[in-house]
Amino acid sequence: MEVIIIGIAKSAIRLATPYLYASIGETIGQLSGVLNLGVDGVMLMGAFSAFYTVLKTGNLILGLLVAIVVGAIFGLLIAFINVTLRAEQGISGIGVYIFGLGLSSLLFRTMVGTVQAVSGFPPLFIPLLSNIPIVGEIFFRQNILVYGAFALIPISWFILNKTPLGLSIRAVGQHPEAADSLGVNIVRIRYLTVIFGGMLSGVAGASLSIALLNVFQQNLTNGMGFIAVALVYFGAWRPLSVLTGALLFSTVNAIQIWVQVKGINIPSDFTLMLPYIVTIVVLAAMAKRYVRPPKALNKPFERGE
Amino acid sequence: MKWKKIIVILTLISIFVLSLGMGASAELFRVAFIMPSSINDFAWSQSMYEALLTIQEEMGKEEFQFAYSESMFVVADAAAAIRDYASEGYDLVIAHGSQYGASLTDIAPDFPNTSFVWGSTANVFTDLGITNVFSYEPLAEQGGYVNGVLAAKLSESNVYGVIGPIETGDAKRYTEGFKAGIKSVKPDAKVNVTWIGSYSDVALASEAAQTHIDAGADVLTGTSQMTVGAIGVAKQRGALWFGYDVDQSALAPQNVVASVDVVWAIALRPMIEMIKKGERGGKIFTLNLANGGLKIIVNDEALVGKTIEDIVKGNVEVKLEK
Repeated sequence: MEVIIIGIAKSAIRLATPYLYASIGETIGQLSGVLNLGVDGVMLMGAFSAFYTVLKTGNLILGLLVAIVVGAIFGLLIAFINVTLRAEQGISGIGVYIFGLGLSSLLFRTMVGTVQAVSGFPPLFIPLLSNIPIVGEIFFRQNILVYGAFALIPISWFILNKTPLGLSIRAVGQHPEAADSLGVNIVRIRYLTVIFGGMLSGVAGASLSIALLNVFQQNLTNGMGFIAVALVYFGAWRPLSVLTGALLFSTVNAIQIWVQVKGINIPSDFTLMLPYIVTIVVLAAMAKRYVRPPKALNKPFERGE
Repeated sequence: MKWKKIIVILTLISIFVLSLGMGASAELFRVAFIMPSSINDFAWSQSMYEALLTIQEEMGKEEFQFAYSESMFVVADAAAAIRDYASEGYDLVIAHGSQYGASLTDIAPDFPNTSFVWGSTANVFTDLGITNVFSYEPLAEQGGYVNGVLAAKLSESNVYGVIGPIETGDAKRYTEGFKAGIKSVKPDAKVNVTWIGSYSDVALASEAAQTHIDAGADVLTGTSQMTVGAIGVAKQRGALWFGYDVDQSALAPQNVVASVDVVWAIALRPMIEMIKKGERGGKIFTLNLANGGLKIIVNDEALVGKTIEDIVKGNVEVKLEK
């Protein structure tokens, strides 16, 4: 039983990692009023660029940095389309997704050709803590990108709730006119949040291709970026609740794999539905209490007279 | 006036010569290939792509050409592509996936001069009066059985993990065969099976592999393109891997012991001959170990490497008779 519990917890933490990066990035962007549905495409570009860099140089840090830069470039593109050109955000995001999917597939085909494996970030044992029975094995023997994802939760909470920058971000998403009249540069804040979100999506992709899976394949993310956007709504734009949602989804997924491995006689079609069913049920149960999207979400800002 | 006449005559001659040229190129056999993933998926689609390359090499580029469409996982998109290729007059349209069958019943009757093939299945729709559909069906259980026998001989924990996509077709046949192969050597073996619910969810496949190893498995296997995630885990945690569709040893040379290679050319060659003779469908092509449609590619590096490791670790003691 101990093996199973440790196994489920370890799996859940690994599975949650890419979602955390992508969802926190999306949360910050949405809090400033920009909906970006292109997360999956940016993740794919981050995953490919990190993978390719590591394949060619063997340098994991460089791979991660390249993913961040590529994510930032995509963030800049998304910000330009949505903030400067004031495009319809839902539709432009799908465009970015398809662009990222297509470009990452094309680059993979022309520059790599076939599926190959790389050596990704190895597990990093935290001294002392990793020796604690059970807890140490679950939490403190992961790779560095897993630690980073979990560290992001308190950091983003702090920035959003305890700093002037966080206040500006939320003001821009709630009452852009009021924020504007107080001298907050709406365009600059939105560019900042969307570029930062792009960087985190890039890292989310890298966490797959050079830390957890250590391969690249066309459409490697398989729609994870869309689940990440859903988790932002699930988490009601609060980092801690996003974490809860990501862990809930991943834990149920980890449990369903164990149910199958242990040969418990439930049809696999049903167990595979479980993570989605549980998430929807929890979301429905919480609907009344939590859902308050930023008022200016999906609304381009135009300064009135 | 004279010059005009000469130009007209020259034009007529060149048209005549060109049409002869066209006539000569009518010998060209053209194939269109529609696949759910990509030509470099290290699995299902790549094995068919390699078969088409083989045949092109055998027949020559003047006599055999093929075009392909990738990432046609959405059946509606695939159906549109199938129809487009058929209307462009391709001799054979390969709809490489069991999800495409229903579309063929709709499209094939509209293009009696084109042949269609799909699989894995034994259904060629002759009961619906359709005469221009072929099918192919690898007896994946045979390859699975061989892999299972090898796996049972190499496993120490006697716990095995299978990472399958969806419980149907090739994947199901292969898994049943793998189990039977293991049980033929070690009847008390524990074979744990997980289904991912997807052919492409690499992350979930990887996590399933982690879980199998946590549950004690030291040998893993699986089918479809998502297994690259599982092979990565086998490599990282030192488990053995048995592959299907293509030789997967390049991904983890020390871990991939053997792969079942599906040699689609064994089905395609006689199919092309039949079409050339004007028989456009109705036949099921089975691929098995007997006709060379399934091949077991053993990777010595992993197989021998494991034996050496066993001796070094002391799991195997080589005794001398005095």
